[in-house]
Amino acid sequence: MTHLKPTVFASVLALVATGAVADEIRVLNWQGYGTDLDWAVAEFTEATGHTVVHEYFNSEQEMLTKLRTNPGAYDVVLINAAFTPQAQEEGLIGPIDAGLVSNIGDVAPDFLSNAALNAGGELHGVPWTWGLTSFAINTSSVSEAPTSIKVMWDEAYKGRVSIRDDALESVQLAALATGQDINNIEDLDAVKTALADLMPQIRTFWGSENDWNQFMAAGELDMATFWSGSAARSQASGLPVQFVVPEEGAIGWLDGLSIPATSESKEAAHAFIDWMIDPDFYVRWDAEGAPASANSAAAAALSEDAFNRKVLGDPEVAALVQFQEPVSDETREKYLALWQELKAAQ
Amino acid sequence: MARFLNRDGARAAVLLSPAYLWLTAAIFLPLSAMLYFSLLSDVPFGGAEWNYTSENYRAFFQTGTYATLLWKSLKLGLTVTLICVLIGFPCAYVLAKVIRGRSREALFLLIILPFWSNSLVRIFSWAIVLRGNGVLDLALNAILPFDVRLGLMFTPSAVVIGLVHSYLPYVILTTYLALQAIDDNLIDAARSMGAKKRTILWRLILPLSLPGLLAGAVLVFVPVVGSFMEPRILGGRFGTYYGTVIEDQFVAVFNWPLGAALSFILLAVVLVILAVFSPILRKAQT
Repeated sequence: MTHLKPTVFASVLALVATGAVADEIRVLNWQGYGTDLDWAVAEFTEATGHTVVHEYFNSEQEMLTKLRTNPGAYDVVLINAAFTPQAQEEGLIGPIDAGLVSNIGDVAPDFLSNAALNAGGELHGVPWTWGLTSFAINTSSVSEAPTSIKVMWDEAYKGRVSIRDDALESVQLAALATGQDINNIEDLDAVKTALADLMPQIRTFWGSENDWNQFMAAGELDMATFWSGSAARSQASGLPVQFVVPEEGAIGWLDGLSIPATSESKEAAHAFIDWMIDPDFYVRWDAEGAPASANSAAAAALSEDAFNRKVLGDPEVAALVQFQEPVSDETREKYLALWQELKAAQ
Repeated sequence: MARFLNRDGARAAVLLSPAYLWLTAAIFLPLSAMLYFSLLSDVPFGGAEWNYTSENYRAFFQTGTYATLLWKSLKLGLTVTLICVLIGFPCAYVLAKVIRGRSREALFLLIILPFWSNSLVRIFSWAIVLRGNGVLDLALNAILPFDVRLGLMFTPSAVVIGLVHSYLPYVILTTYLALQAIDDNLIDAARSMGAKKRTILWRLILPLSLPGLLAGAVLVFVPVVGSFMEPRILGGRFGTYYGTVIEDQFVAVFNWPLGAALSFILLAVVLVILAVFSPILRKAQT
C-alpha cells in the first residue's frame, strides 16, 4: 500500500496545478461568428491550456437575459456596442484590464475610445469587429451595381427584394433612404411611408445568414439587406453576390468582447480576448469571410484587394457610415409597434 | 354503506391519480406559470425589476395590430378547416365504405406516413416544391406546352397548402372511425326502402359521422389559429399572423409577459368560439 501514496500525491498535485492554470472558459456569442472556429479554439487550447465551450444566442435580448439569469455561467460575451451601456448599467459586465490584453495597443484609438464601450467611464468591451448593414445584389441577375439605396424601391425589382425581419434595422434602413440621421429620426412618418412602399417589393423576410444564402442560391432574390462580414462570407463560399455601399450611406455597427462581472476565470477570459484580436487569427478568419477588424494592425495585415481592406478601409466609404448608437427602450418599442403594424397590414 | 362508498371513492382516486398527476404536470403547471408571466411587467429573472400589472392585456386593445392579426389567423383557421373537411370526408368515406382488405391497410399507412416525419421537414419540402423554378413549376412546364409560372411560394395560398397537408390526417382519422361505426345494414335498409344515394348521404351517413367530422375539425382549427412555423416559412411577407407575433415575443423581443398575455387572449377567444358551437357539438354527439 505504501508505494501507492506518492503516485496519489503526485496526481493530486497535478490536478491542483492544472486546475490553477488551465480553465474552461465559456463564451456566449452568435453561432458561427469567429470565436467558435475549430482551428482557432484548438490552437488557443494548445497555447494556453484553457479549453473553450460555446453557447449561442439569437438576439441581443436573449443574450442579456442569459447573462441576467445565469450569473457565473459565462466568461466572455460578445456585445454589440449599442447594448454595452445597458449591460454595464445592469452590472452584468465588468471593466477590462487592458494590462492583460497585449494586442490592445494596436486597436484603432477611435474604437477604443468609443463612448458606448466605455460606459461607466471605464472600458467594458474590447473593440473586436465592425461592419456595415447595407444591401447586397445578386450579380447573376443584376448586372450593374446600383449606387443608390432607392434601387430597392425600383418597380423593376418588385417581388425580388428581401430585408431582415427586424424592427430597428428596417426603420434605420428607411431613415437612410429618406436622408435622415439613423440615431435621431425626426420624421418617423416619412420612414413609415417609405417602409409601406417597400413592402410590395419584398418577396420574403430573412432571419439568419443561412436563410439569406439559401434564398440567393435558389435565385429567389435580386437584392437583400445584408451585413458586410456575412456578404464576404457568402462571396467566399462561391455565391454570386456583391455588397453595395450606396451614396445615401450605410449603418455601421461595432461589436466588442466583454467579460461578465460574475466570471470566475477572468484571467483566461482576457487571454481569449487577446487571442481573438490578434492579427494572426484575424487574417486567417478573413480568408473564410469575416467582418472588419477593429485592430489596425490586423486590418493592415490583409492583402491589398481584400474586401475588408479595399472597401471598408476606403476613406470615402468610411465617410458614408453612420454608426449605430444605443437605443432607448421607448424608442425600440415605438419602432417595433410601427414594424408590426406594417407587417400586419400585409 | 358509507364505508363502501368511501372504499370506492378511495379506489377511484388511486386509479385516477396517474391521469390527474399527468394533467397537473403537463398542462396545469405550465399554464399557471404562463398566466403568472402574463401579469408581470418584466421577466422576473436576475436583477430585473418587476411588478404585477394588467398592462400586457391592455396592450392588445391599445393598437389595432393584434386584433387585425387575430382576425387574420381565425380566417386562416376557418379556411384550412373547411378545406380539410372537404378533402378529408370523401377520403375517409372511400376508406371506410368502399375499399376493403389489404389495399385499405396500404392507403391507411400512406395517410399516417406524413405524421412520422418532422413537421419542419415537411414544410421545407413544400418550400422546395412550391418555390419559383421548383419541383411543381418544372413538372408542369415539362407536361404543358406553354410556360407556367405559378408563383405560389411566399403567398397566403402556400401557407394554406402547407397547413392542410399537415392537419388533413386528423380529419381523415376521426371521420374514418365514425364512418366505420355505421352499420352497413342501415345503409342497405335505406336503399331497400328506395332512398336515393344523395338522401342516404345527407340523412344517414353525414348525421351519423358528424361527431367524428366535428372532432376532426376542432383538432385542426385550434392549432391552425395559433400556427407560426408554416406562415413564417411559406408565407413570406404575408406570413405575419397572430402566432408569429406571439413567437416573436418569446424568441426575438424577449417580452415573455406580453407573449403570455397574447396567448391567453387567443385561448379565451378559441374557448368562446368552441362554447358558441358547443350546442351543435353536443347535439352531434347524441
